[in-house]
Amino acid sequence: MRNEFLRGLWVVAYREWVRLLRDRPRMISSLAVPLFFFGIIGAGFNRAIGGLAPGVDFVQFLFPGIVAQTVFMTSIFSGLSVVWDREFGFLKELLVAPISRFGIVCGKVAGGASLALMQALVMLLLSPVANVPVTAPLMLTLVPLLALMSLSVASLGILIASRMHSQQGFQLLMQLLILPMIVLSGAFFPLNKAPDWLSIVAKLNPFTYGVDSIRQAFLAHMAGTQAAGAASPLSVAVLGHVMTLWNDVLIVGACGAALLVAAVWAFTRQE
Amino acid sequence: MDAIVAENLERRFGDLAAVKDVSFTVGEGEVFGFLGPNGAGKTTTINMLCTLLRPSAGSARVNGFDIARQRSEVRRSIGLVFQDVTLDQYLSAEQNLRFHAYAYGLAAAEYEPRMERLLRLLELWERRKAGIQEFSGGMKRRLEIVRGLLHHPRVLFLDEPTIGLDPQTRHAIWQYLAGLRRRERLTVFLTTHNMEEAEICDRIAIMDHGTIVAMDTPPALKARVGGEVIRLKAPDNAVLLRELREVYRLDAVLDDDHVQCTVAGGQEWLPRFVRESRQPLLSLSMRGPTLDDVFLKITGTAMRQESAEPLAMMRRYRGRR
Repeated sequence: MRNEFLRGLWVVAYREWVRLLRDRPRMISSLAVPLFFFGIIGAGFNRAIGGLAPGVDFVQFLFPGIVAQTVFMTSIFSGLSVVWDREFGFLKELLVAPISRFGIVCGKVAGGASLALMQALVMLLLSPVANVPVTAPLMLTLVPLLALMSLSVASLGILIASRMHSQQGFQLLMQLLILPMIVLSGAFFPLNKAPDWLSIVAKLNPFTYGVDSIRQAFLAHMAGTQAAGAASPLSVAVLGHVMTLWNDVLIVGACGAALLVAAVWAFTRQE
Repeated sequence: MDAIVAENLERRFGDLAAVKDVSFTVGEGEVFGFLGPNGAGKTTTINMLCTLLRPSAGSARVNGFDIARQRSEVRRSIGLVFQDVTLDQYLSAEQNLRFHAYAYGLAAAEYEPRMERLLRLLELWERRKAGIQEFSGGMKRRLEIVRGLLHHPRVLFLDEPTIGLDPQTRHAIWQYLAGLRRRERLTVFLTTHNMEEAEICDRIAIMDHGTIVAMDTPPALKARVGGEVIRLKAPDNAVLLRELREVYRLDAVLDDDHVQCTVAGGQEWLPRFVRESRQPLLSLSMRGPTLDDVFLKITGTAMRQESAEPLAMMRRYRGRR
């Protein structure tokens, strides 16, 4: 390939894949953690909580949240791979190669995002357990939504990593930023029944809209429910306006684009 | 065309100048060395030449390409072996090399034969499927040399290349590089604080505190010492020292329990001194000058001492970064 951007994009993305396939523990843990969340929280709360909306029980509510959370975790880890590369010196090999830095960033984002998407698809195999039907029309909506979200989150990961020089730093940030972002996103509980302060914090969190977009897609394709519409108690309302799927997509896309630009800027100007 | 032309290169980190006003030219096919203690600015200079760092001032051309404006042309035409390992620990040896080939846009027909030849030469062929985690330090360094040469670079940069290599491997590598130099006009730019390694260079630039303090061929540099290095020991070194200074007008110094001086035409001088002197000598030795002596002569401080004392080295390194 003659083009330095395209070559950078594909070699870096390709390497992310090869690396994951050789790193069994990481592969297993990235699937085990969401399973754990889903199994424990779902089994623990399902009977206690009961139906959240007509025709939607807690597990059915939780499942899209778990899928979104899986995407989030895996995508953000593409940032950790940049920190790793820096720590183990491999980043230097990338930086002196005749490939553009812009290509390297986009390759990292694309590699991380495609891994996350792959993982989300594996998670969908659990849908019968959650009693959530996965149909072809649902997939047509879901895949682009998941892709958009994983690209945005991977950009966030790279942005953070461009300024981080140690794994410890990145881990610390995980605790301070990533975990709150996941927990305060409505992935695990409906925001409308949460206390005001919690719901305000959650609505300031962009990931909330990523989760909402995925949940709306699922609920819209469940037979016999009207849980996706404006009347549903599960919808996210901001200042009295009930978010539609397109509103969510707009927010996630705008944040993603801003994060990607920031990540490219931060990565290309480092020395 | 010259392989490297550097003009008044300078690099500052905050208000600290790691490299100041460095100018030099390296001819095509030349083996050129930067010699100096740790923290002298050797690696910073390499990083600027290979486009990892932007110079704060000055300019340089590598293979005719400007290091600030034609970065990708520079990168395409050079090979690098860094001081620290830059391999992907998660890939096998072969995957590391293939990744490099992809990143440099090489065709399989181009790199496969060369890869095999290099792997066999550096005795890594049998281990090519193994993960890097299983490699020893020397094996990693050999693999990096294979990688650095894979894309037919016209200039090979080696930053402290032989750390962790045994003498046989070192010899094999230098032999191969000499062959490439004949066949492909490969230019080698290396940094070292190892005197023996510096000896194989066509020309050496001695660096200290971010500047080049001397630049010449190894024999010419050694000629600057001004003769043979003679070490003598007497029951009373102080008397011996005074005699050498006052009677023979030599710049003699006390070094441990020996008196050391440099004498032009030492082969003739020494027997004469032994005949004439009234000093009962306990030991005497004479040797030709080394690059160590050159460094001492020019900078006034010994280099080897520093590399022998890790603590002093670290202190200096920290202070200068």
